Amino acid sequence: MYLADRGSAASTSAAPGDRRAVPGRRPGRRAGSALPSTVLVLGTVSLITDISSEMVTAVLPLYLVAELGLSPLGFGVLDGVYNGVSALVRLVGGRLSDRGGGSGHKAVAVVGYALSALCKPLLLMVHSLPLIGAVLAVDRTGKGLRTAPRDAMISLAAEPGARGRAFGVHRAMDTAGALCGPLVAFVLLRAAADGYDAVFTVSFCVAVVGVVVLLLFVPRRATTATEGIVAAGPAVVAEDAAGVKPAAAVEDTGGRAPAGPRTPVRALLGRAEVRRLTGCAVLLGLTTLSDSFLYLTLQRRLDLPGAWFPLLPLGTAAVFLLLAVPLGAVADRIGRRRLFLAGHLALLCAYGLLLVPSAGGAAVVCGVLALHGSFYAATDGVLAAATADAVPEDVRGSGLAVVQTGQTAARFVCSIAFGTVWTAWGDDTAVLAAAVGLALAAAVSARLLRRVGTPPPLASPSEQAS
Amino acid sequence: MSRTARLLVLLATVLVLGGVAVGATLHAAGRAAQKDRSQAGGPAVAPGSVRLDDPRHTLFRNMAWGPHRDEITAVPAGRLSGPRTASGVRCLRFHEASGTGICLRAVHGKLRDTYRAVLLDRRLRELRHYDVAGTPTRARVSPGGHTVAWTVFVSGDSYAGTAFSTRTSLLDTRTWRLDANLETYALTVDGHPVHAVDINIWGVTFADDNRFYATAATGGKTYLVRGDRAARTLTALHTNVECPSLSPDGTRIAYKKRVNVADPDAPWRLYVLDLHTLHETATGEHRNVDDQAVWRDDRTLVYSLPGDFGSDLWTVPADGTGTPRRLVTAALAPAFPR
Repeated sequence: MYLADRGSAASTSAAPGDRRAVPGRRPGRRAGSALPSTVLVLGTVSLITDISSEMVTAVLPLYLVAELGLSPLGFGVLDGVYNGVSALVRLVGGRLSDRGGGSGHKAVAVVGYALSALCKPLLLMVHSLPLIGAVLAVDRTGKGLRTAPRDAMISLAAEPGARGRAFGVHRAMDTAGALCGPLVAFVLLRAAADGYDAVFTVSFCVAVVGVVVLLLFVPRRATTATEGIVAAGPAVVAEDAAGVKPAAAVEDTGGRAPAGPRTPVRALLGRAEVRRLTGCAVLLGLTTLSDSFLYLTLQRRLDLPGAWFPLLPLGTAAVFLLLAVPLGAVADRIGRRRLFLAGHLALLCAYGLLLVPSAGGAAVVCGVLALHGSFYAATDGVLAAATADAVPEDVRGSGLAVVQTGQTAARFVCSIAFGTVWTAWGDDTAVLAAAVGLALAAAVSARLLRRVGTPPPLASPSEQAS
Repeated sequence: MSRTARLLVLLATVLVLGGVAVGATLHAAGRAAQKDRSQAGGPAVAPGSVRLDDPRHTLFRNMAWGPHRDEITAVPAGRLSGPRTASGVRCLRFHEASGTGICLRAVHGKLRDTYRAVLLDRRLRELRHYDVAGTPTRARVSPGGHTVAWTVFVSGDSYAGTAFSTRTSLLDTRTWRLDANLETYALTVDGHPVHAVDINIWGVTFADDNRFYATAATGGKTYLVRGDRAARTLTALHTNVECPSLSPDGTRIAYKKRVNVADPDAPWRLYVLDLHTLHETATGEHRNVDDQAVWRDDRTLVYSLPGDFGSDLWTVPADGTGTPRRLVTAALAPAFPR
């Protein structure tokens, strides 16, 4: 979808041999207006992989209940465990992939994608809930492993000024795949009644194509967009007070990033900028309702017909898909941290809509889903882009993993707290508490993030306070 | 590798994998067609007239390949492996009592399947139907035939991952009053009201048209609850009980109990609970049972386990003696008209 304007600007993101093969590239002109092919390739890999994985997710309950006669409720119990494992594995994936000055990103990502691909034929062979659970656990491990290195590669390939849009394009392609997956699965089941084996086999083939695209078209070592400074490898430079520098300045140091590849999480958090960003992600995550809670609240407060329930996530995903790219571009213009905060204000508005007493059904549902989708579009890829600004590139994978794991953990805590408040005082109070908490967290985050220079400063800092 | 070479490799991969994908789909489509033909050595299935209120026959969903796969079929009560009479009514889940039948079925839509709960009269004609929000899993009719319960799994689409929740509905077949979600009933655990959001209720089994038992889960624990439809209450009686099934004499509950085993994914064993003493008895079935058992009579349990055609029915004595025995192959969701 973004192929149209890729001829207009510079990128050294692809392997050197690539450069002449891409027509119309003029290095050095109008930085930030085009997307490097690596981002598009990684987006394609995610799109393909999500088609594959969502095909399986969509038919799994039916397969278990109608074909195997099992009840999938056991998975609900294990889901929390899987998610916890996935978050921890993500830290490991980020850490491993940073070895060798970032040349491990591709290797770890390939392992992660391949692991998930291998799970699809395994699903064909196992016929009991325990083994299916084990296969899904391996699948989650693959997902946990690949996420941080993949985002690191996107951030390294994109020019600093276009990172928001790069992540936006990636997330949009990812979501498009997620929306296509169930459709493909149901088309297959239509062609072959009870053809679950066909669904799993096709899912496997699609996943392998994803891995092959990754292997063939993503350069082993993504160079930064800042004209090949990194090509010399991870030059070790003494640690400086980079934390207080504006993000753009950190970017300019390119390969001379101060933290070495063996920097542990603690040293990463020793950098003021990373600490503030992680702090804000955690703080805001603590007041971010899980999707299921949001849909449940929506459904109960408006007394929606049960048949609507499966459609609610589709609404959010559609808005996310539509807005991810434009909002990513907006983030590049007005600053990622600012848009990240604005996204949470959209979420705050969604909470507000939920609190409006006896409001009209369909309009409120559409409003909440639009705001929820906008929230994702303004925060998901944007946070990754903002993190990339703050983390030196030879620990990029670890840095992304730390911030994202912190956010995930905080959201998990939020789920527990929200459920507890709902139980004790009812859903009105719970949503109100989340809204008040989010407003406070946003206010604190606005202060914390303002101290850091917001690249490129098109707006004056005073405007940010509004 | 040059860009051309890489594109060629990709093209070759896509062609090979595309071939595999198309092959697998054609194979499955062919097998689906084959499933419409009876397999050699399988049970004889012939279309015919099926009634829900004939105590000389046992009913179940026929899983055997052939044109009547997934249809509710009747077999002689004394010889379950005998010839099957197919009703033409296809159901994923089924139960009946006193001539009232409940059939949970898939409705094939253009983009995706939806599900429907269908009420059947004694001649399996549709009385009413209700759209349901997810994959059907449990269905029960009260002994008098006037109250019906069903449970579906609800899973949000892409963003809910593997998290499932249940939704259980109760229907009065005399007034057609529908309680769409049992979670709106007042739940009491240890004398305290519980309003948690994470409540899931499933697996209803009826004592009469008003009183029933079910599983309620909240806070990571499962409870056996006694329900009262008129009072709209659920009262917890015991913990660690899933998918209860009340014996015909109303004194015992067969259920799946979560036990500590080496494999935490396969924790369910078939137990029987005495409702007076709350004494639990393990049955002779030591495999993982993920089903709501059915009482064939006051002494015998029937339940499903995965089999060559998706599911077989097994039986074991309820008093903890004996060993499990395969009752019938290629069958699911049995009902024993009395």
